[in-house]
Amino acid sequence: MKLKPTIALSAAGLLFNPATGDSFSANPVALEILGLLREDAAPEAAKTAVLARYEVEAHQLDKDWDDLVAQLRQHDLLDS
Amino acid sequence: MNPARPRLTVALTGLNAVDSPGPGVAVARALRESPAYDVRLIGLSYEALEPGIYLPDLFARSYQLPYPSAGTAALRTRLLEIHEREQLDVIIPNFDAELYNFGRLAPELAAHGIHTFLPTAAQLEMRDKLNLAAFGAEHGLQVPADMRLFGVADIPKAAAQLGWPLVLKGRYYDATVCHTPAQAEQAFWQLQARWGAPVLAQQFVAGQEINVAGLADGRGGLLSAVPMRKLFITDKGKAWAGITIADDALPALARRFAAATRWRGGFELELMRTAAGELFIMEINPRFPAWIYLAVGAGHNQPAALLQLARGEAVSDFNEYAVGKMFVRYAWDLVVDNADFQQMASVGEL
Amino acid sequence: MKLPYERPHIRKLTAGPPSKFGPRPGQQPVTELDGVPVTALAARYGSPLFVLSERQLRRNYQAAVRAFGTRYPQVQLAWSYKTNYLNAVCRVFHQEGAWAEVVSGFELEKALGNGVPGHQILFNGPGKRRADLLRAAEVDAVIHLDHADELHLLLELAAGLPQRPRVALRINLDAGTFPQWDRFGFNLENGQAWQAIERLAAAADRVELIGLHCHIGTFVLQPAAYGVAAGKLAALAQRCARELQAPIQYLDLGGGFPSTNTLKGAYLPGPDTVPPLDDYAEAITQALLGAGFRPDELPLLILEAGRVLVDDAGSLLGSVLATKRLADGRRATIVDFGVNLLFTSYWYDHLISPTRDYSPQTETTVLYGPLCMNIDVLREAVSLPLLAPGDLLVVHKVGAYNMSQWQQFITLRPNVVLIDMQGEVHVVREAETLAYLQQLEKVPGHLR
Repeated sequence: MKLKPTIALSAAGLLFNPATGDSFSANPVALEILGLLREDAAPEAAKTAVLARYEVEAHQLDKDWDDLVAQLRQHDLLDS
Repeated sequence: MNPARPRLTVALTGLNAVDSPGPGVAVARALRESPAYDVRLIGLSYEALEPGIYLPDLFARSYQLPYPSAGTAALRTRLLEIHEREQLDVIIPNFDAELYNFGRLAPELAAHGIHTFLPTAAQLEMRDKLNLAAFGAEHGLQVPADMRLFGVADIPKAAAQLGWPLVLKGRYYDATVCHTPAQAEQAFWQLQARWGAPVLAQQFVAGQEINVAGLADGRGGLLSAVPMRKLFITDKGKAWAGITIADDALPALARRFAAATRWRGGFELELMRTAAGELFIMEINPRFPAWIYLAVGAGHNQPAALLQLARGEAVSDFNEYAVGKMFVRYAWDLVVDNADFQQMASVGEL
Repeated sequence: MKLPYERPHIRKLTAGPPSKFGPRPGQQPVTELDGVPVTALAARYGSPLFVLSERQLRRNYQAAVRAFGTRYPQVQLAWSYKTNYLNAVCRVFHQEGAWAEVVSGFELEKALGNGVPGHQILFNGPGKRRADLLRAAEVDAVIHLDHADELHLLLELAAGLPQRPRVALRINLDAGTFPQWDRFGFNLENGQAWQAIERLAAAADRVELIGLHCHIGTFVLQPAAYGVAAGKLAALAQRCARELQAPIQYLDLGGGFPSTNTLKGAYLPGPDTVPPLDDYAEAITQALLGAGFRPDELPLLILEAGRVLVDDAGSLLGSVLATKRLADGRRATIVDFGVNLLFTSYWYDHLISPTRDYSPQTETTVLYGPLCMNIDVLREAVSLPLLAPGDLLVVHKVGAYNMSQWQQFITLRPNVVLIDMQGEVHVVREAETLAYLQQLEKVPGHLR
């Protein structure tokens, strides 16, 4: 899973897709995950990092992870 | 800038200067030309693409408001938040749909030092589309006859009473001129689905469209009335060009309206003059029109005078307005950075 | 110390308003109800859970009495049983001094069971049976006649009774509201009502006409309409006295007063648009005081308030079962209370509050109940924080009609608790069980 390389990600949680002109805002957890993906972290490594930083159970994160992937796919922000 | 003019921070809405424009940008231009105050303007918007937001020369900052449908509690919180940062002196709302909420909050805003000069809830109610005919009858003002339709079964009754063609109007917006029962039935269903019941059937009045921008003092006195005849009308029925005209009957009508209602603040009379010369009041808008800057150009800066009314100051008499002044509206593409839009759309201020 | 978690969420920025500024209505967390933590209520009594506030019930009743009683010398409220006939609720109002307004034989028995004297029960409705009329006459309840068949049936029954039944006439009239309620009672404008009054006056040896009643609608937002109705009813009462020497003891203006819920499709929220009860009281009492009665002739004014007394005294506590994503990407949230419990979600956009702090991010979601039925939609679109399974929600102003129109369907009905004036919690209706549900069922022998 890879974020499209052209997607601009700001520290304030704003995303811009130059190919479509769409803008998005991400909440802190989504921003954290997107930042890790941007640095080519593998999904499992990214999840481990989130589990270490946030108050969340692994099963909950797994479910929410899938939902985030669905959101990214819906908005056409993923490469492949 | 005249250094003698005291600084005043004014917030206003209606920044949607689009093809069916809100009056905010025109009111802003008028306020900037206030002879009495050096006005600093704060824009209040409902959506992130209202053009006024992207006019930094006009608005020092813009903030988004919750939609009127969110109610007064949400609006109060937001306005006081903005006030804390901008120290507002006056707020001028420019949308029909929001006036009710601002009116309810007016005493509270005043307690925080924010002045308004708004029509009362009763005044808003009496000029409401549904009550206009009764209002006209009560004050001897000519208004097209109308009938409320609660079902398609009411259409034949309305046609018998009002004749063809029949104008069908939605509870809040939209109007359709219908020439046959089939058209009327179709329009009824569309308007009811969109705006709810009742649908208003109105007598069709043919003639020339004339609008009057007015300002009244809330004690029955008319301070200014500038009549404008539409020269060019868009497919949305909006004036794209217009001219100030001299006709004593028009200010006289505005004066009667102001006296009858003791109207408080700006208003617009939408009139129709028939071939026989009769004047019908088609609609009464409880705020300045989008073409208000023409009134300024003709010598009557009504928005600037409204600031003085809001602050409880005496307003000096207006001179005669200039006749034959024209406005021609134009569309202008602002070029802005996506970052501005992102900021407005995500955090609601710019 | 780990950071608080919230499910990852991205939102497309559009021209519309951002959901992220300032506290929005409905987003302020409600952590307790009448001083009792919602988490404690859910842990002890389960979820979903109806919670009634005795304090609010009494406050509402006293406010209504004040609104009318400070404007008119003789006022009596009759609690509308069908709005919420849990005995605990009825008894709070009866303690405060309310009579009972009932619309069926079973409600009549319920009121008697709650200790209401028969002569303080008003019996309305179009569906009274012969046995109901006899029972009402026996306990001296006032029978509000709805139609001519009922009137003639009662005249026939009254001939054999030891004492004259007391009756009032339900009138329908044009008060300027739409739709005009003409299905109940006798029409005023077309002369039906007067015809019935003459009939009753002629049978004064068998029945005693003591009141006139009208009820112009439900959730009526125009106080002026009540003024019109009161004026017309007063004129009719004066005509009775003048032409038939039949003085009317009371005028019953019914109910229909709105709560501050927001009707579906309304542009502005209920708290901003619903007139206060004082406006209705003013319209009604001004019409009566100005009708030309001599001061000693002023009839008793009866109001059959229901919703306005109970709606905001009831809350529904429930929890999130799951969140999911629909085919088109919309968020859907499944909660543990459905339209079977929250009947009023068909006509209100109820205010729904979270019960803890969330980040300012919100998401528009469809709100589904737990029923395996397509109709179980509580809201097509509501803006809520980023909820997770197990999160508690409070639905506000659910006291009217839900606890009488609810259905046992697919799920069993939950506990109902009343928080008393001291903050003590009492179960006033226990959660249903399978045994309760099946106790009236009979299985034929060949199926055992």
